[in-house]
Amino acid sequence: MWPHRSRPRPPKISGPFRRLPEDGLAGGVAAGLAARRGMDPTLVRLALALLGLVTVGWVFVAYVLAWLLVPVAGEDQSIASKAKDDRRGIALAVGLGSMLVALLVLVGAIGGTWVGTIGWPLVISAVGLALIWRNSSDGEQRTMRHLVEPLLGLTADGRRPAIAVRLSVAGVMLIAGVSILASVHGHITYWPLAGVALVIAAIAVVLGPWWLGIARDLVAERRARIRAEERADMAARVHDSVLQTLAMIQRRADQPQQVIQLARAQERELRAWLFDGRAPGSLDELTLAAGVRQIQQEVEAQHGVSVEAVTVGDCELDDDLAALLAAAREATVNAAKWSGADVVSVFAEVEPASVAVYVRDRGKGFDPAAVPEDRKGLAESIHARMARRGGSATVRSTPGQGTEVSLTMPRRAGERQPSRT
Amino acid sequence: MTAPSFSAAGGRPRVVIVDDHGLFRSGVRSELGDQVEVVGEAEDVQPAISVIGERLPDVVLLDVHLPGGGGQLVVTALKAEHPEVRFLALSASDAPEDVIAVIRAGARGYVTKTISGADLVDAVRRVAAGDAVFSPRLAGFVLDAFAALPPADQAAPSFDPEFDQLTTREREVLRLIARGYTYKEIARELTISIRTVETHVSSVLHKLQLSTRHQLTRWAAERRLI
Repeated sequence: MWPHRSRPRPPKISGPFRRLPEDGLAGGVAAGLAARRGMDPTLVRLALALLGLVTVGWVFVAYVLAWLLVPVAGEDQSIASKAKDDRRGIALAVGLGSMLVALLVLVGAIGGTWVGTIGWPLVISAVGLALIWRNSSDGEQRTMRHLVEPLLGLTADGRRPAIAVRLSVAGVMLIAGVSILASVHGHITYWPLAGVALVIAAIAVVLGPWWLGIARDLVAERRARIRAEERADMAARVHDSVLQTLAMIQRRADQPQQVIQLARAQERELRAWLFDGRAPGSLDELTLAAGVRQIQQEVEAQHGVSVEAVTVGDCELDDDLAALLAAAREATVNAAKWSGADVVSVFAEVEPASVAVYVRDRGKGFDPAAVPEDRKGLAESIHARMARRGGSATVRSTPGQGTEVSLTMPRRAGERQPSRT
Repeated sequence: MTAPSFSAAGGRPRVVIVDDHGLFRSGVRSELGDQVEVVGEAEDVQPAISVIGERLPDVVLLDVHLPGGGGQLVVTALKAEHPEVRFLALSASDAPEDVIAVIRAGARGYVTKTISGADLVDAVRRVAAGDAVFSPRLAGFVLDAFAALPPADQAAPSFDPEFDQLTTREREVLRLIARGYTYKEIARELTISIRTVETHVSSVLHKLQLSTRHQLTRWAAERRLI
């Protein structure tokens, strides 16, 4: 229905139609529609507003009904399902509705038929909004209060001259517009247009600044939300890297060399993050040797054993080698957890055709024939992980002498040579 | 290999510890316990040269990094005059260039500072007896340095095949060391004697020190060893 536009459109959300009050101006109906159709919410809002004018307000009724009947994304219950148990709310709505209908009939009797045409949608919308107001969540109530606030403020702050001027200008325009519309019977065809224009202008004069304010607030709010998310992400990363390292440094306070190493590694990581934008702990752009070092550091930190890591040659990581590293990490953690040995040796060698990693401990070992279930599971995960990518894993263990896990992964063709010659 | 020369002091090798951290020196001293006789300590290149020249220990435990320069300066200064003094490099450094520099200067081995006391005593005894001591890390460095060339016994003859390439067996031994195997375990794995393992390791050390192989030379040059 809308022409495709060249700028990137928001992703399409599938599934049932849901409101998105977080992204919306009022009930999030337009935002929900836009997300479902993969369109720009602003476009949808404009379309709704235009349709509202064309249908003399009936689209607003549809909007309010959608607000009532469509649940918020991620929830099952609509406001209507909550409202049907709200007896006082229903009573209030019925009361308000009947009062407005009475008023409408009265005005219709005095003035003309035009009041009825825009009056009915207004009455129905008002009743719907009353129900929404009583039964929506706190967040939505806040939005509504936010939307209504300036109207209340308009009367409360009436003494301020700017508002008084605005109100009187708008009043004059409104009266002029309404009287043109009221005297429309029969005469010249462009008169009604002028009347509509005057009424719209009056509304714009009264509410324009407030609309601008709402738009500004929304932008600010969204920005604040993004900032909060960024801060949470940063906190998580700092926790995973810097705080972990600080904890390790405290534990190794008596080993100055290790403390220096830790501090240096952390400094490198932090620099890479702050200045090159490479997130700590991310495997992209890592080489195999760096991956082995990472395993070493993490296992040492988490399990308190020392890991003797030796790497010969180096190469870029691809998916296969990342799987190899994941299996190697599993094996190293196993050794750290179960073997009882103080030292785990990890040796990785990059050869032209394959990469091999050996994880060895001189701990208590086990009898492969009598493996406890939990360890068997881990060995399986190592085996399966390697097999899926065309690699192989063998576990050799002798009780009392330790365990060695050998992992081999063929390299994909066309990779560069392993050595740094 | 040469006969052990430390029989004088009741079979205990005489050791000098060279390290700029006093705390570390005393730590090593207590870890070695009465298994060796610590005859001196030094904290920098010049003091080390004079102490070692004076006490003539069997083994010098030498930190790769010293304030006055690399540990290789100590080795180079003493090698010609006192070839009987053997050096065992001891470092927390991860940098292959530093380690290889000390080895090429003439050290008989390299162990990391995280080594256990018992293993350190064992390493000192080996070096005193004229053997080479390769930690897993050193084995890794050496494999790296000699990598990307076919083993000596499969390659076309080069200028100096004896020093320029490792044999398949030597590679196997180095790989197993890098994997954390002890000499005993290597011997069992390859069904050879421990003595043969030691011979292979010494031969690798020899090659490392004497090789002028293009590859190794460039490898070293890239790391500013030469």
